[in-house]
Amino acid sequence: MNAHASLLPKLIAVAIIACVPLSGESFYIEIVGKVLVMAIFAMSLDLLVGFTGLVSFGHAAYFGIAAYAVALLSPQYDAASLWVVLPAAVALSALAAFVIGLFVLRTKGIYFIMVTLAFAQMAYFIFHDTPLGGGSDGMYLNNKPSAAIFGWEPFELTNEVHLFYFILAMMVLVYLFLARLLQSPFGRVLVGIKSNEHRMQSLGYFTFRYKLGAFTLAGALGGLAGFLYAVLFGFVTPELLSWHESGNVLLMVILGGMGNLAGAVAGAFAFEAMREIFADITKYWQLLMGSVIVAVVLFLPGGLAGVPGRIKRALQGGRPNE
Amino acid sequence: MDFASFLIQTLNSLQYGLLLFLVASGLTLVFGIMGIINLAHGSFYMVGAYLAFVLSSATGSLVMAIVLGIPLALVFGAILEWALFSHLYKRDHLEQVLLTYGLILIFEQLRSLLVGDDVHGVAIPAFLDASIQLTEVMSYPVYRLAISAVCVALAVALYYVIQRTRLGMMIRAGNDDRSMVESLGINIDMIYRVVFALGVALAALAGMLAAPISSVFPNMGSQVLIISFVIVVIGGIGSVWGALVAALIVGFADTFGKVLIPELSGIVVYVVMAVVLLWRPEGILKKG
Repeated sequence: MNAHASLLPKLIAVAIIACVPLSGESFYIEIVGKVLVMAIFAMSLDLLVGFTGLVSFGHAAYFGIAAYAVALLSPQYDAASLWVVLPAAVALSALAAFVIGLFVLRTKGIYFIMVTLAFAQMAYFIFHDTPLGGGSDGMYLNNKPSAAIFGWEPFELTNEVHLFYFILAMMVLVYLFLARLLQSPFGRVLVGIKSNEHRMQSLGYFTFRYKLGAFTLAGALGGLAGFLYAVLFGFVTPELLSWHESGNVLLMVILGGMGNLAGAVAGAFAFEAMREIFADITKYWQLLMGSVIVAVVLFLPGGLAGVPGRIKRALQGGRPNE
Repeated sequence: MDFASFLIQTLNSLQYGLLLFLVASGLTLVFGIMGIINLAHGSFYMVGAYLAFVLSSATGSLVMAIVLGIPLALVFGAILEWALFSHLYKRDHLEQVLLTYGLILIFEQLRSLLVGDDVHGVAIPAFLDASIQLTEVMSYPVYRLAISAVCVALAVALYYVIQRTRLGMMIRAGNDDRSMVESLGINIDMIYRVVFALGVALAALAGMLAAPISSVFPNMGSQVLIISFVIVVIGGIGSVWGALVAALIVGFADTFGKVLIPELSGIVVYVVMAVVLLWRPEGILKKG
């Protein structure tokens, strides 16, 4: 990995994103903020799908649990402290992922895909059918958490520009954290598990623990994304945990090319941009979106991330890989 | 719970489970034989239900709608297999998930374009529109019994085709080892097309049969899809008989869950699935 060579484009991308609030348009600030939240979500899933080889089809559960946690933990007429609800929401998602991971990591392949889905569905129905979180109507987060520390407030989440930069900072931090983690011995073991779990076991690694660690961490980071989503929109519904959301985030990861953190971010941008653009041109955006997805799979194996390589090969006159 | 309501719920469980079996049997065959995860399988159920609505409004009879609808579904399935799914066999599961997810979006949007987003009712055929009196206040609709009967007949026919005919032999062989079947000179691509079309038709038929009971509404496919996946996984991927057992388990768990613990009814089925998979991580009957 030539991490340093590709540093400049990433810095430029972050700098461009950081300029969005200068437009002063609430619409753009909110929508780019949402994309950044989804980028965190996609990176957290990429840790499982792209690096550890665990295709989770229920990742929206951890997103939704943290989102509900903010809404449920915040007092009705007062703002909760950011420094309490943020760790609490993330910890709840991590705990849920840990417990679910103990069960689902016993299965492999297609079964793993389906069992993660089943657990996510359970979480979905708990919020959908019980009065805990307002049932199918969801609930409002009336007051965004306050960042005050002993009366001093470094920034205000009620201010859309402050909130935008808070989300951007979180996304950069998650990126740096995961990039560093993947270089660490722990991350190396995860990548080893993806390419050959049996070999890792015969090398003496207790792979279950590593997979559980990755699953819990991915749940926690997915929870961070869910927390930010709830704060950004001030509203949570059971649909945040639905399998459509799990499918969407999986799409972002695949579109960006799995096992590539910057790709996951790009995938989130591509997905949301497609959705916005298609929704703008026509109310039949799903038809266009679906057709693009089908075409990508049929004609572009390897996702959008494979496109530069294909162009390069085509220019060199070689045949593109099957 | 007194005996009459217990009987009613048992019959409902059977009917629901058997109907789910129609959807899940096609899904598990496509899964087991072709190794394809087909998220769009629920859409075939939806297509069936809408076919029932459109054709029965046009012809005035559900029976006519089913007679016309099944060949349409078979052709539809064969064309889909030829145009799209045949390109997916050697692909990664993730790409299959991706493509079939795209198909769901396309089918739902086309449905919205062609028929609209309203909920529609479909009339029960007149000769089945009756109820059997169980007690003074409770009765059971004949139509639901008819659904169960049709499903049982189809399950028996499926058993006969798979276990007793030459086609079934080739299907079972394809389930075990594709390249061996090919080297014996059997046209495996044709077998795949037949199985896929059959799966589409079974799911569509389930949708047609269910249309008068559940009515016809947007996103009805995704509900059935998820529950069918649960059945396929509980039963063991590729096992038609596992799917039958699992479908009945799910039918009973869901129906009695709704009666006994209404608040948590949504999660009962998934709890059952988790328990079964902890007990047998590869399903009740792995392949059969």
